[in-house]
Amino acid sequence: MSESNSATESKNSGIKKIDDQGILKGVEGLTPEKIESVIQQVITNETGARLKVYVDTCVHCGLCSKGCHYYLSLNDPKFSPAGKVKQTLAEIMQKKGKVSPEFIKQAAVIAYTQCNLCKRCAMYCPFGLDVAYVMSVMRRICHKLGVVPLYIQDTAHSHSVTMNQMWVKDDEWVDTLMWQEEEAQEAFENLRIPLDIEGADLFYSVIGPEPKFRAQLIFQAAVIMNAVGENWTMPSMPGWDNSDMCMFTGDYEMMERLKRCHFESALNLRAKRIVMGECGHAFRSVYDVGNRALGWRMPPIEIIHAIDYFNELFEQNRIKIKKKFDTPVTLHDPCNVSRGRGLHDKARNLVNATCSNFIEMVPNREHNYCCSAGGGVINCGPPFKNARVESGKEKARQLLEAKEKGAKVVIAPCHNCHGGLEDIIHHYNVGMELKFFGDIIYEILDLP
Amino acid sequence: MINCDSWDWDKGKKEVGKFSDWREKFSYIEDISFSPDGEKIAAIVKNEDMEFTVSTQSEGAEPETWETGYDKVWNLRFGPDGRLSAFVSDTGEWKVSTDDNTWENGYDFIWNMRFNKSGVIAVSAQKELSYCAIINDVPWENEFSKLTDMVISPDGQSSTAVIESIPVLEGEIFKFRGGCYSVAVNGDAWDRNFMNVWKPSFSDDSSHVAASVRTSYNDYYIAVDGKTWDTPFSSVWEPCFDPNSQSVIAPVKRGGKWFLAKDGAIFWDRPYFQLWHQIYSPDGKRIAAIVAPEFGRWTLAIDNTPWQITFSDYLTDPIFSHDGRLACIFKDRGRWGVAVDGKAWDSIVDMAWIPVFSNDGDNIAVKVKKDGFYHIALNGKILDTKYEYIENPIFSPDGSTILIRGCQGGSYNRDVISIKGGFSYA
Repeated sequence: MSESNSATESKNSGIKKIDDQGILKGVEGLTPEKIESVIQQVITNETGARLKVYVDTCVHCGLCSKGCHYYLSLNDPKFSPAGKVKQTLAEIMQKKGKVSPEFIKQAAVIAYTQCNLCKRCAMYCPFGLDVAYVMSVMRRICHKLGVVPLYIQDTAHSHSVTMNQMWVKDDEWVDTLMWQEEEAQEAFENLRIPLDIEGADLFYSVIGPEPKFRAQLIFQAAVIMNAVGENWTMPSMPGWDNSDMCMFTGDYEMMERLKRCHFESALNLRAKRIVMGECGHAFRSVYDVGNRALGWRMPPIEIIHAIDYFNELFEQNRIKIKKKFDTPVTLHDPCNVSRGRGLHDKARNLVNATCSNFIEMVPNREHNYCCSAGGGVINCGPPFKNARVESGKEKARQLLEAKEKGAKVVIAPCHNCHGGLEDIIHHYNVGMELKFFGDIIYEILDLP
Repeated sequence: MINCDSWDWDKGKKEVGKFSDWREKFSYIEDISFSPDGEKIAAIVKNEDMEFTVSTQSEGAEPETWETGYDKVWNLRFGPDGRLSAFVSDTGEWKVSTDDNTWENGYDFIWNMRFNKSGVIAVSAQKELSYCAIINDVPWENEFSKLTDMVISPDGQSSTAVIESIPVLEGEIFKFRGGCYSVAVNGDAWDRNFMNVWKPSFSDDSSHVAASVRTSYNDYYIAVDGKTWDTPFSSVWEPCFDPNSQSVIAPVKRGGKWFLAKDGAIFWDRPYFQLWHQIYSPDGKRIAAIVAPEFGRWTLAIDNTPWQITFSDYLTDPIFSHDGRLACIFKDRGRWGVAVDGKAWDSIVDMAWIPVFSNDGDNIAVKVKKDGFYHIALNGKILDTKYEYIENPIFSPDGSTILIRGCQGGSYNRDVISIKGGFSYA
């Protein structure tokens, strides 16, 4: 990246030294008047009673603190959920929007890089206050002020130009699919990645990093689809990327554009349903936030996460395996599909169908700790990497505990979780291997 | 518009081809499709040398394979004029081949095949990381570092696309905010740059282009021939031209609700939770659009009056008949159906495609899927005949018969039936 940052953030500080050009340069043009105007506009037109109730109801009891892996890892009240609200929206509302550019700078760091929007704290709040929502409002204000960390802002720009998060051009997308198809055909004659098939039972969508960095996942998905005789398709034009960093920067207008593109891509082909790859935040975007922003109560087409789809293949005996994966595994429950969608039991069905030795991570299911990468935090890039990994100390403890019980492989059915856990595993010398469900299934698949 | 005056409209069924013939001849067959007149079927296959190529079959004849084989073939399509085109690649060079005649110019990649109504072909192309559009083998003179959303004009003489007018590198977020994107028409960029541009479209006479743009994160406009409307909105969807004038209409968002605007001013003053896919009636006098009058309920509005009936899941493919009737496809509680002039057909199906009106507007036929088989639904009732595959139905010019192109028991048949009755219904 040309307008790059140097990663010089001090330990455990997060906001002591900001070295992100998106934030630093972003605040340069701000005036108190502009800040107040944008804040009033967002709070008056976009939040309603929900924000006020959340902020006013909090009695600072501190019960949310132990729900937050930042607090648990860093042991500093500033990182408690209530503390983050106090440093951002609570002060903004108290001062009726009359805050300084310096305040916005600090608030941007807190909202974008010190909260994964994982919603775990909401389960521990006696009032059920959703701090992730409050942080999202803070991000929305920062977006409208143009104060967004450089790396995630760039990703949002990619979405706006290409409809995917990795600047993958239209030709590169199809070329990558053809490359993966050819690779697969070397092992499986006549295997296809069918493009633009009308009336397919299944429209398979992925996130931008798959064609860019993890093309083997598309290869594996194609082999699995072909092995089970799926009537499936992928689109040749934009709409293939289900991801959504605009949801996390606060660019909701672009989020709407992305989700419309994705849904219409599948519906124009008259697919019966969308199956999406192993990504958590994208599921939140298609199943909760993006669809509702466009006016749908639920997605306009059935859309299921890969956990759900793979589990269905095993439950319906559509898939044959040579033998179960026998290296001891543990399972990381991604926040957005576990706490957000309740797929944790299906994930366990799938682990048990595919693996012979499953060791639970504790706590688990909806109580699992975030990987520290979610909510767009990993997408804020190198300037915040050290702080992010430090906030994953509690996760590292969890992993090491599972390792002590014998687990050697961590199954993480989410791309961001993979990125976050990879950094944690490396930083804390955890020494475990990471896999997607797709990796495991591909490995044990009984192919003719 | 397909010109079908000269087609065979005599009632009766013809077998155009048999899948078993193809299976016997080819080790690899992709999806078989029909020509618009139903006289021919075609698919991508592998020839004896295991090269990708294309084969076609007509009634009473063996499958006939293109002479040329390729490393790769994709996007096989019949144009509205009945010609068969595909993207073909040899030694890494991509071209368009139409009826086995290959274009002269080759590219590192081509995609997004677009036809105008008479079958002129435009494609997007990339060579040495420079991008342009091509019409009938003639590329734009100017190339760009990025190109998206290419479309061809109604007269087939022009193409337009969103282009990166100022090269911007990944991570250059402040340069990006300054505006690095524009619209090019036949390779000539508008003289103004924007933060983003989406979905340019031509006027009916092909002489003007309008697009959605944003100049900042908070200011969205419609731009016409490079000039923005005076008023910004918090968001906009793609515009379209009035067929009778150079006016432009577009959905615009203000205060969290959607409205229809015309030439920059609010035109439909009723706020909607959503509004998109606006269309003009053929005479240009009426406008319909997909709207959500309340959160989670979808319907069509015509001249700013929503139908009484609303649907929970989805609404698509609004279409006017020549005489001004209005139909669409809906999805409600997981099932699909057809709605015409504010009333839903009783028949509910697993999937439905775009409604097709007869020229006089009296009859409507729809390709539908139910219980795993395709059918034709006619005027609200599903015909009993089942197909493993069908194309959209086409009415004869006089509206008395329908051409059905479908596959039954592995036979690809062209069937012309009278609409006057004698059907069994599913």
